[in-house]
Amino acid sequence: MSNVIDDAPVVLAAGASPRAAARPAAGKRRRKLSQGDALIGYLFVGPQVLGILLFVILPLALILYYNFHEWNVLANTFRFVGTENVERLFSDPKVAPVLGATAIFSVGLVIGNLGLALLLAVLLNRKVRGITFFRTLFFSPVVVSLVAWTIVWGFLLQDNGGINGLLSIIGIDGPNWLREGPTAMVSVIVVQVFKNVGLNMILFLSALQGVPREVTEAASIDGAGRAATFGRITLPLISPTILLTTIITIVGSLQVFAQIAVLTQGGPGISTTVLVYYLFQQAFEFHRFGYGSTLALVLFVIVLLLTIVQWQLRKRWVFYEN
Amino acid sequence: MKSAKLLSATALVAAASLTFSACSASDPSADEPVSLRMTVWTSNEGQLALFNEIADAYKAEHPEISSITFDPLDFDSYTTTLTTQLAGGNPPDMAWMLENSAPDFVSSGALVPLDDTLSATDGYELDDLSDAATKLWRNEDGQLAAYPFSTSPFVVFANDDLLAAAGQPTASELQASGKWNWDTVSDIGSKVNAATGKAGFIVRDFEYTQWDYLSTVWNGWGAAPWSEDGKTCTMNSPEMVDAFTFLHDAAFKNKSMPGPGTTADFFAGDAAFTVTQISRASLLAESGITSWELLPLPEGPDGEYSVIGQAGLGALAQGAHPEQAADFIAYFTNPENSAKLAKYFPPARTSQLTAETLSAANPVLTQAQLADVVVPAISTGQVRPSHTGSAEIQQEVRSGLDGLWVDNPDIAGTLDAVCDSVAPLLEQ
Repeated sequence: MSNVIDDAPVVLAAGASPRAAARPAAGKRRRKLSQGDALIGYLFVGPQVLGILLFVILPLALILYYNFHEWNVLANTFRFVGTENVERLFSDPKVAPVLGATAIFSVGLVIGNLGLALLLAVLLNRKVRGITFFRTLFFSPVVVSLVAWTIVWGFLLQDNGGINGLLSIIGIDGPNWLREGPTAMVSVIVVQVFKNVGLNMILFLSALQGVPREVTEAASIDGAGRAATFGRITLPLISPTILLTTIITIVGSLQVFAQIAVLTQGGPGISTTVLVYYLFQQAFEFHRFGYGSTLALVLFVIVLLLTIVQWQLRKRWVFYEN
Repeated sequence: MKSAKLLSATALVAAASLTFSACSASDPSADEPVSLRMTVWTSNEGQLALFNEIADAYKAEHPEISSITFDPLDFDSYTTTLTTQLAGGNPPDMAWMLENSAPDFVSSGALVPLDDTLSATDGYELDDLSDAATKLWRNEDGQLAAYPFSTSPFVVFANDDLLAAAGQPTASELQASGKWNWDTVSDIGSKVNAATGKAGFIVRDFEYTQWDYLSTVWNGWGAAPWSEDGKTCTMNSPEMVDAFTFLHDAAFKNKSMPGPGTTADFFAGDAAFTVTQISRASLLAESGITSWELLPLPEGPDGEYSVIGQAGLGALAQGAHPEQAADFIAYFTNPENSAKLAKYFPPARTSQLTAETLSAANPVLTQAQLADVVVPAISTGQVRPSHTGSAEIQQEVRSGLDGLWVDNPDIAGTLDAVCDSVAPLLEQ
């Protein structure tokens, strides 16, 4: 908006200085330069804007549109049903347990992921021999294919799998991890925590290394213990990173799909059927694209609300926002 | 601001152009050469080579057909992938369909009726198709919506190596002594498990999720998941309760069947018996099992029975070339090609349902095995359960049955609850 150049014609008055005479030429050059800059800028953002339009805005608009329709893919019929899908949402007895499972998964994942990531970051924020190896080790699952990672864990978590094999060595008869309600949800959460903890760990590690040493030293000189220094100095200073990782992890937790599809298929019962998986079932397995779109809108609203709430709350607990 | 508006407008125009060009790409033109695509769930090289051989011969006779491709999709997500292709505006011209999704495809009008094309094809011999085999694939007007290209009976393969290692009689000895029934199979399976740590019997592909494969067991108790007209749930019938009590005991008490969350593969030598389709015989060659036998399904309390799985081939109405697709199906399944396909897929043609024809195409199985087990099973077998809205019913029953695969379940109560939840879906 600020690249506005005065387009008014300039008339060189008699007796005007050469400097004044040079002004229009400089203005033209600046305008040319600005237009060139703007074009390059638009070329840079163009693909991104096009991508967002095609893959975010357009699908969102279509979901809103489909929400008012029922689409029978096999019969190739598409009819307007008004608010039928929204009414169905409120009468569907599975929605409440599905939202419950989604909340349990999200809370479990956020606590597990952020807690473990912070712990690992603190442990790995030292200058000791071989530290790079450990950092690489904990980060490596992030770059592993999600489906491959989940399939391997699926084998490990079988009743006769590797985890129970290890437990049996120490005389423990392990549970049937993926076939019992509580352990199935815990298993899915743990698999996902281990998959992505490395990413948050790196972000925390980077934030911890940005904490000025003199601040913690000053606290130490003032008699603060390690716990007090960490709680009252370090944590507030890395709070912007905590905000970032919290938002990323919550949004990611609401999008979990592959782990559920591979490990439990939403079972046992519907104990691990989270919102995205339920949405997938309705739209792609039961061919209810209209109702699936309604569920997608619910997901969108939940993500939006959670992000807004966190963004608003940041002023209360994020250090640099005050 | 002007620039921002211009940029937005350009992006929208680009998006619209992409959308319209994608739509127009599928518009057929009468003069253009026709490309046909068939979705399949096999990636077996021998099968695909045979399909391509038939397709090449067809193309030679029909120069207007430029290409025929066979598009293998993952078996586990086959129907979902197929319907997603339909939703995405990229329907195949022809598709394989499993029997459990047949009612949805047939009743929705998604398939082009084939009768006219098949009967107009020289030498097709439409009357040769078995009524039992085509029943599932006819629409409410009695038209054939898909051709049942595979009618494959469920049988039992026995690993005599493992039975001998456990000191148990061979399967044929059991059969000869009149003990080829589920109780004996479970009893021997339990002893095999105790002696070798391997599984007794497996219902392949069930894996405590695909419950409809258990029809290969509960049919022996005279049970069925729903009434003949499909309107009433019978999952809680006394026969079904008895069948599930047997299965639960086998998994949790007798340990003759692997429990939930435990993997065992017969063709890796992990089990003494497996219930599976005859087409799995091809896995025996690389299984390492030197001594195996083929038997019919064991007798249940309700007597002898057999179960068949089916696969249909149809031309999709939403495809770009439904007429040409129907014509190719007529060629693909004519008597000559049906005999070739019998190598992998037991045919629906009564004239080809003989041990001689099948043995010529199935080198793994002897003529006696085919005559004693396969042919009678195809002739008398009940098709695996199917219903409209099968995916939702499948999911509803699966989640209900999860409550049964635990120690000391209330089997009758669990099956009552399954019926309560599935009844509204059956009524639709």
